This record gives sequence, C-alpha cells and structure tokens, in this order.
Amino acid sequence: MSALYARLLGRMPIGWLQLVHNKGRFAAALAGVAFANILVFVQLGVLGALTTSTVQPYSIFKGDIMISSADSNTLSDGGNVARHYLLRALSVPGVTGGTPVFIGKVDWQVNERRSTVLQALALPTDAVEFITPHLRSQFLRLALPDTALIDRGTRGGTPELFDAISPTTPVIYEFNNRRVTFIGTMQIGAAFSSDGNVLMSDQSFLDFFANRSSTAPNRLLLSVADGASAARTVNLLRQILPVDTLHIRSLADTMAADTRYQTTERPVGVIFGLGTFVGILVGLVIVYQVLSTDVADHLKEYATFKAMGYGQPFFLGIIFEEALILAVLGFIPGALVSTGIYQLLVAKSGLAINMTVARAIVVFLGTLAACSISGAVATRRLAHADPADLF
Amino acid sequence: MSSSSPIIVKGLNHWFGRDEARKQVIFDVSLEIARGSLTVMMGPSGSGKTTVLTLMGCLRDVQEGSVRLLAQELFGANESRMVALRRRIGVIFQAHNLHESLSAIQNVRMGLEVHGRGNIVQQDQAAAHMLKLMGLGERINYLPSKLSGGQKQRVAVARALVHNPEIIFADEPTAALDKESGVTVVKMLKKLGQNRGTTTVMITHDNRILELADRIITLEEGAIVKDEMV
Ligand SMILES: Nc1ncnc2c1ncn2[C@@H]1O[C@H](COP(=O)(O)OP(=O)(O)O)[C@@H](O)[C@H]1O
Ligand SMILES: [Mg+2]
Repeated sequence: MSALYARLLGRMPIGWLQLVHNKGRFAAALAGVAFANILVFVQLGVLGALTTSTVQPYSIFKGDIMISSADSNTLSDGGNVARHYLLRALSVPGVTGGTPVFIGKVDWQVNERRSTVLQALALPTDAVEFITPHLRSQFLRLALPDTALIDRGTRGGTPELFDAISPTTPVIYEFNNRRVTFIGTMQIGAAFSSDGNVLMSDQSFLDFFANRSSTAPNRLLLSVADGASAARTVNLLRQILPVDTLHIRSLADTMAADTRYQTTERPVGVIFGLGTFVGILVGLVIVYQVLSTDVADHLKEYATFKAMGYGQPFFLGIIFEEALILAVLGFIPGALVSTGIYQLLVAKSGLAINMTVARAIVVFLGTLAACSISGAVATRRLAHADPADLF
Repeated sequence: MSSSSPIIVKGLNHWFGRDEARKQVIFDVSLEIARGSLTVMMGPSGSGKTTVLTLMGCLRDVQEGSVRLLAQELFGANESRMVALRRRIGVIFQAHNLHESLSAIQNVRMGLEVHGRGNIVQQDQAAAHMLKLMGLGERINYLPSKLSGGQKQRVAVARALVHNPEIIFADEPTAALDKESGVTVVKMLKKLGQNRGTTTVMITHDNRILELADRIITLEEGAIVKDEMV
C-alpha cells in the first residue's frame, strides 16, 4: 500500500511515513479533523433542515404571486391582508385568478401524552387550481365542514395512525375544543415553529378561529396568464396597491425571502451559521497545530535535506501531502459519524436532516481547503531550517 | 594547480553578529584544492574550520571574497545556483541528522531522489549497495532508533556518498564513529578520490586519519597558519 502510494507520488511518501511514525499524534489529528467535520456537518444539517422546513409548506400552493402584509417575514407571521385588494389585483392585465389564504396555529392532542402545534392552511374549495395538483382531489373533499388533511410528517404521529385515516375511515379529533375530522393525509413535514401542518377549507378555518373574519385573510395568492411575466405583473400590481403596507412578490421571491430571514435573522439560523464557522476554525487550528509541530520537530532533518539540494517545493510537497492525508482520512469517519447523528436527529426532531452528496462534497472540499491553508501557514516555519545552523 | 580545481577560495572574510556584536571570524583565507585529493583541516576549537567548510559547501552565503566551487562563483549566487551545486556535493555532519521515520535505506535513497535519476528499484539497489559497503547490509530496513550511534553515522555517510558527489565535505565525521569504522570510512573516501577523482575536505583531529591525508591545512583565529602537503 505504501509502495503503491510512493509510486503515485513519484517520490518517497515522507509525509505519510512521518504521520504514521508518531501514531498517537496521527490519531489525535484524525480525531480532530473528524470532530471538526462532525461540527460542520451537524450545523449544516440543521441549517439545511431550517431551509427545507421553511419552504415545505409552500409546496401545497400552486400560484405565481403572493401578497402579504409588509410586516410579515415568514408564512406564519405578520398582519392580515384586506380581501378587497384581491378585486383590484384581478383588474391588472395578466392576472388570471386569485384566492385568499388563511393561516393560523391549532393545538392537536395526538394522544394522551403528546400535544402538538399545527400550522393550519386554508383556501376556499372553489380555489382548487391554487392547490398543488396531487392534492386537488383530496382538497375538494374538504368542502365538508370541519374536515382536514393532516400532515404525515407531524411530530409524534406514527405511520399506523396516519395509515388509518382515509375518506372512508375518517378519524375524529379536536382542534381548539372543536371536533375536526381527518379525511386524508398529505406529506409536508415538521418545522422549527410548528410540529406539522393541516389543510382545510376557508369555511372550516373560520369555524375553528372564531375571531377571524373572511374579509381579512393572511395572504393573497395570484396566478398569471401563461406566458405573462410574473415580474412584470408584480410591477403592475405595485403601481395600484399600497406598497408601504403590502409585500407584493412572486411566490419564488417570497420563499427566498422567508428562507433568508430564517437563516440570517432568526437566532436559530444565526447560531447554527456561527457554529459552522466555529467548526471550520477548530479544524484549521487542529491541523495547523499538528503540521507546525511536525515541522518544528524535524527542523534539523529538513535543514539536512536542504543541504543535500532539496528546494522549497519539496518541503511544501511534504506538508501538503500530510494536509491531504489528514483531510481525507479525517473526513471519512467524520462523514460516517455525522450520518449517524443525522439519523438520530431525524428520529428525535422529525426535521428533514439528510446527508446529501452535495453537502458531503462541499464539506470535503472545505476540509481540503482548510487543511491546505493550515499546511501553507505551517510551512512558513520551514524558512528557519537553515543548513548552516546544523553545525 | 589550475583553474579547473574544484575549489578555489580567494580573500575570504566572514563576520558573525550584527552592529555592536559584529565580529570577524575569518580573515583573508585563500586556498585551492586539487581534484581527487584528501585535504584535512585542523586547528583549535573556534578557529573557524566549520565556518570555512560551510562557506565552501554552499551552506552559508559568502559575505566577502570569492569561493569558486566546481567552476561556479558562490559570492552573490542565487538560491537556484546554490541548490544545483548542493546536489553535486556530499556533506557529512557531526550529527547524523537521519530522518526518524525513514528506514536506513530510505534515508540513503533521499540522497538519490533529489536528482530524480533512475527508478525506485534502481535507487534501492544503489542505496542497499552503499549500506553494504558501510557494513550495514543486514540492517538496511532498520529505523534510526534501532541503530547504534556509530551505525547511524555510517548511514549518514552512505547518504552523502550514494549519489557519487564530486566533492565531499565532512565536519568531524569520525567523532561519532568508533576508531575502526572511522578509518574504514576515510580509506573509502581516499579510494574514491583515486578511482573517481572525488575531492574530500575533512575537519578532524584523528591522528590515524592525518596519516591518510594528502594535505593538511591548519587554521588559527580565522586564518591559515600552516598548509603542508604530505
Ligand atoms: N552562528 C554563529 N554565530 C556567531 N558566531 C559564530 C557562529 N558560528 C561560529 N561562530 C564563531 O565563529 C568562530 C569560528 O567558529 P567555527 O567555525 O565553528 O570554529 P571551529 O569549527 O574551528 O571550532 C568562533 O569564534 C565561533 O564562536
Ligand atoms: Mg567546528
């Protein structure tokens, strides 16, 4: 194995030999790199879940433009939007249709031990074209009063519980002390701010939320004509609607703004973003420490090599070889342990935390970069290896 | 002697320290060393022997005067010329300076890899051969930590000789060697001089080695006080 590697390298694998010569330090270095990797993976996993869980509820909508109140940052916050703006919006060329969207929080007692908070999403049943196609037939059944589709991703729910629910075998629970009948399920997923989602008609919604009025929904969702530009239509809408009290954006822009807010302005996003940075820093410091100690311990030998006619590229080669080995061999256990931690987190939180190939590649490249930077800094000490000092 | 001599030193002066502490240690040293000869430098401790050797061996920058090594001027030489010249010489230090994580044969091969000549198998053969000559044929795969002081020094000698250098500089190499192998090594160097024209400059006080020298240069307080052919 060593011989094959030497052949690949075209020279003696001094970096490798040096690393394995001091087994304790090598193991500590690998553990350090793996640890830094785990830190970064977990942070990125949570950040990823934050992003995913933020945009997941939007997946039930089929529309082009969303109007929300100017003080809203996410789907679940902000004031109401007067329904009469919908009539004005429909007069804008290119707008082909629109619907109010009602959003609120309901408590759901899954069983004696588990109580959850669900995000309730509601549209009029005649606005079925604003529901994502695969939910449309189920959505039409919600015209029955006080019925709902429950999110299979809801925390605390079990597959058996959800499998039992169907139009022919509805299951009855309570929302806000009022009977609700689950007549079907959908897949959205839990988030940081809610345990799951529930979809219903606007009529049912108003039954559960006695203090809400049909004239003041939370959002307006519009569709534009095929071939019409959402951006141009947004501009037209901004000319006739009050832009100081309303956000008028394409649905994609709304989702992007929501994600940006969650990941950069809310504590969860900031803490985990910072954590990623700390993880990278830990990795940098550990690898630098190992490589620079290694250089310091071998200054006399390096000076001897210099006296024999080895130039700076040779020494850089050794240090980068070591950096590369630490990066690769540290990444493997780091990624494996992180995958395990992800599974644990999924089981505990119901959040969508997955080891994706893209993330693994990003973290690996980041590890390579961090190790190379550490190596480059560590080689500065090599300048002190002066052959004349050997005598 | 001629201008083709491998080492020609003229008016060499050298200082250590800066400003107030600046002190001259080498005073107007000039010498010319013939190809294939074995020259011994002697003199009391602190007389400047090592300093002159390192200046001739491309291990220190020449401050004043001229050192022509293998027909190349070292005064004002850039790093790449120094690196190129270092590859054509062999240096044996007082300390062995073997790399702890490399076996004896790997350490010796380092003397060959720097030239990039031959493949790994050929380099291994040459290194093993050199170690056998040094009486270490049985120990080529030992790490330095498993070798005695004298054995390590012999590995260092093998490393300095394996690439057939044109000049060998040695600073009290026999200090770490037992008497017997010290003489053996110097006899080998002398034979290399006769067969291949390898030039050797060695600092030593060992009387038995003085007997083998072609020329003995004595330094005192940074200047040559005696220079005799034997
Ligand atoms: N790196 C150095 N810095 C300052 N002074 C030095 C240094 N190396 C040697 N010297 C001084 O230069 C003089 C000659 O030293 P050196 O060449 O080592 O003598 P020798 O090898 O004959 O014992 C001594 O006075 C020594 O103290
Ligand atoms: Mg000395």
